[in-house]
Amino acid sequence: MKKFLNTTALVLAGLIGFSGCTKKTDEILIGEFGTLTGGEATFGQSTNKGLRMAFDEINGAGGIKGKKIKLITYDNQGKTDETAAVVTRLITQDKVVAIIGEVASGRTLVAAPIAQQYKVPLITPSSTHPKVTEKGDYIFRICFIDPFQGAVMAKFMTENLKLKKVAILRDVKNEYSVGLADTFVKEITQRGGEVLIDVSYQANDIDFKAQLTQIKSKNPEVIFVPGYYTDAGLITVQARQLGIKAVFLGGDGWDSPKLHEIAKEAANGSYFSNHYSTDSTDPVVQEFIQKFKTQFNELPDAMAALGYDAGKVLAMALTNAKEITPENIKNEIAKTKDFPGVTGVITLDEKRNAIKSAVIVKVEGNDKKFVTKMAP
Amino acid sequence: MTSESHDFLQHLINGLSLGSIYALIALGYTMVYGVLQLINFAHADIYMVGAFASYYISKWIGLEANPGFMALGLALLTSMVTCAVLGVLIERLAYRPLRKAPKLNILITAIGVSLLLQFGAQIIFGADPKVFPTLIEDKSLIDTPLLILKSLDVTVFVVTILALLGLHFLVFHTKMGKSMRAVSHSMTNASLLGINVNRVVVFTFILGSSLAGIGSVLVGLKYPKIEPLMGVMIGLKGFVAAVLGGIGNMSGAVLGALIMGLSEEFVVAYLSSTLRDALAFGLLIGILIWKPSGLMGKNTIEKV
Amino acid sequence: MKNKLKVVLMVLASISISGLVLQFSINAYIQILILQILMYSIAAMGLNLVNGFTGQFSLGHAGFMAIGAYTSAYLSQIFPGFLESTHLLGFFIFSILGGLLAAGFGYVVGLPSLRLKGDYLAIVTLGFGEILRVFLLNIETLGAARGITGIVPYPELGFLDRFWVSFFYIMIWFVVGLYFVWRLTRGRHGRQFLSVREDEVAALSLGLNTTQIKVRSFVIASFYAGVAGSIYAHLISIVSPSVFGFMMSVNIVVMVVLGGMGSFTGSIFAAAFVTLAPELLRSLQAITGYDLRMVVFSLSLILIMIYRPTGLFGSKELPDIVRSWRMKKS
Repeated sequence: MKKFLNTTALVLAGLIGFSGCTKKTDEILIGEFGTLTGGEATFGQSTNKGLRMAFDEINGAGGIKGKKIKLITYDNQGKTDETAAVVTRLITQDKVVAIIGEVASGRTLVAAPIAQQYKVPLITPSSTHPKVTEKGDYIFRICFIDPFQGAVMAKFMTENLKLKKVAILRDVKNEYSVGLADTFVKEITQRGGEVLIDVSYQANDIDFKAQLTQIKSKNPEVIFVPGYYTDAGLITVQARQLGIKAVFLGGDGWDSPKLHEIAKEAANGSYFSNHYSTDSTDPVVQEFIQKFKTQFNELPDAMAALGYDAGKVLAMALTNAKEITPENIKNEIAKTKDFPGVTGVITLDEKRNAIKSAVIVKVEGNDKKFVTKMAP
Repeated sequence: MTSESHDFLQHLINGLSLGSIYALIALGYTMVYGVLQLINFAHADIYMVGAFASYYISKWIGLEANPGFMALGLALLTSMVTCAVLGVLIERLAYRPLRKAPKLNILITAIGVSLLLQFGAQIIFGADPKVFPTLIEDKSLIDTPLLILKSLDVTVFVVTILALLGLHFLVFHTKMGKSMRAVSHSMTNASLLGINVNRVVVFTFILGSSLAGIGSVLVGLKYPKIEPLMGVMIGLKGFVAAVLGGIGNMSGAVLGALIMGLSEEFVVAYLSSTLRDALAFGLLIGILIWKPSGLMGKNTIEKV
Repeated sequence: MKNKLKVVLMVLASISISGLVLQFSINAYIQILILQILMYSIAAMGLNLVNGFTGQFSLGHAGFMAIGAYTSAYLSQIFPGFLESTHLLGFFIFSILGGLLAAGFGYVVGLPSLRLKGDYLAIVTLGFGEILRVFLLNIETLGAARGITGIVPYPELGFLDRFWVSFFYIMIWFVVGLYFVWRLTRGRHGRQFLSVREDEVAALSLGLNTTQIKVRSFVIASFYAGVAGSIYAHLISIVSPSVFGFMMSVNIVVMVVLGGMGSFTGSIFAAAFVTLAPELLRSLQAITGYDLRMVVFSLSLILIMIYRPTGLFGSKELPDIVRSWRMKKS
């Protein structure tokens, strides 16, 4: 038995050692892990596009101190055990100096302890679970956390829209949606609002008529749908088909050019919290949208923008680091202050979360019109 | 009328509409199982490919600019042909070599084909959802506070009933139908009687897949979002419906599907929206334990 | 008795020594893969009893893994100090509890459904897995969609790092598990399983209670799945409903079929193959620019079923192969 195990181990080591070929020392190796296939692939692919674009830009301008960034991307197929293997591979085999990923907090929560253990900085572009950055001082996040967005939307509803009665339609399969919904409910009740009904669906459902019919009978003024655009589009369409006239509110998951394509007029007049608005005069935003459209022949969504910013924040840390080592990079990322990102001005607090304002936008056709800004 | 009963009527319509869609898928499952005793896991993914085929043709020809029956007909034709061809290819390449093999093997192959289509589609079409074009207007036939009935819902229901009647005629009043029934009863006996079993099987696949093709266009019109994994849930539910009604029995498939659609709607409405998927399987398990042959099936005794 | 004790000590010693060798010789990435392979092997061994030896088709193995995983995870949340104070013993207790609970569910699910024909059983077990997933999505105390995160991992013991401890722990289950199914299938029960697989009607006519036999294999397999699940919880440190879905069940079925239904050696090798191949194929991605691994996976599934349905090892085990090899040489 022992012999068997030892031989196998050595054989395996040989095999895999083989595939980890020679490393060029004039490249900066950055690792990315994400869900590129499977049920949530569209979000992982978007993030990847934004990230790649960011690095392509940097490399096109000469790289960091003359060295080009090489992005090593591994698909984890949406699985947690594969995340563990992939992140370990990036660190111990590919010897990356920093890691970026992922959209789903569940998977990032597996990656973070590993990155922390090996002292390699990890930036998540869009995981919103508070526990992610608690794993250690090498873990950073450049997006809002759930509690913030939920509170923002609640405040908007009571103070700006001056409405009180809301129905919740949450995606029970996504912790992002559940987290947003929970904080929204808490905030809205504190502000004197009334949650008339709280129903749920599962991501990728196509028929919401049953839930919407229930909601209709309660006659809410607002319907809060803290899910992804992939479902929100159909929800608004079916709601209008059923004759529901309530205003829709959503979170940054709504942000995608596909929302209007699917929903058409049904989504008009809805509001959601986002990182930027398409009519923003900020040149950073406009340039990003243009470049993205040129490179990928489609408009970016929130994930792409966040991926882009994550790449840019990391690049700045790389530039500022005296020597490119994981520890130096970590220190520089922690210093991120007033970084002009597409998704807002990014400053990282002591908990390594981003302090950013949210922008509330109103859906009008293909545009997301700026309504107001909500500071933390 | 109280709001409770007003909802009830709406839920009834929703449920029947949902059920009709499941029926189109269920018919395909039941027919293939009838002749081959095979659960064609790939059926729903063939359905998905049909949706994408119509999508791309519509974009290519620019059908959305000229909505109407012509556009709809073209989309349906594309989808049906694509699905039929795909179905025949799969039968020929993946299932036929295993006809004499143990059931387990062919089931696993079916799973393999299903996964291949799903992941292949993610690579070829991209994982992001696409928006199915509006090829025909979805008019409100009844638009009252009490009840909203749209033309697409009626269309789907009518198509399903027509499909069922058409199939029924085919299976019980034509020669090919007789051959199908013979093969489903016993493949060896049928071939001994001179029936070209392969031809019958291919014909069955063409029929079942075409139905899926019709279903996919109608679903694309009703729920305009299509993506590579769209077949997974609907396939599972369509299959449950087929078993519920008695697998191999076409009217059973439609009945089972309508029951499924209705119960799903009512469970979500009156119990909990999250139990929706669990219900499908709950029903399945229930029926298999209580009456394995399904609501309209016959109990067959295994002969030694 | 003394002989058996000697064997047990030798096994423990070899596990410890291999663990040490592996801890210091190979890099962390391969270490993780090895641990995952061992974990999946345990699940596959169990499933082989049902799919391979008894010829039943279960597609819900991941559901039983989920039960074991959540049990272990939940218990370690509500009794936080327990695992630390009892060192590895606590983990064993949790795994056993997870396995027992999974086995219990196996009994409840198996008893009514094993009366059904092959295809139907597949769908029922698939259904069970899905229903379980939906329930887990809705139970707040179990984390709902988030699941249970930050589960206590296997601890370090002095200079023996986390890998060594995990390896030691999992290997014990692996060896015990393998030993148990090996003995089981080579005895009376094994013959009963096989008789049900080969010709159930004949077995019935010989007076065997085939349902009971089938349920027995199912319950044992569920226990194994539960243990594998509890290992997952502490190895990966997070469990959530989406982890134990249909794809995981398919993966384990593939391991059993690919390895050869009726060969435990096969299951282990196939577990290694299914876990390693995607990793090795990543270089393919670099060349083509597309991630074709799943396409390759599903394609190979089809091809294997058509061209080599008996799998890699058929129903032979390693000793049989060594024996026939030796015979060929002479």
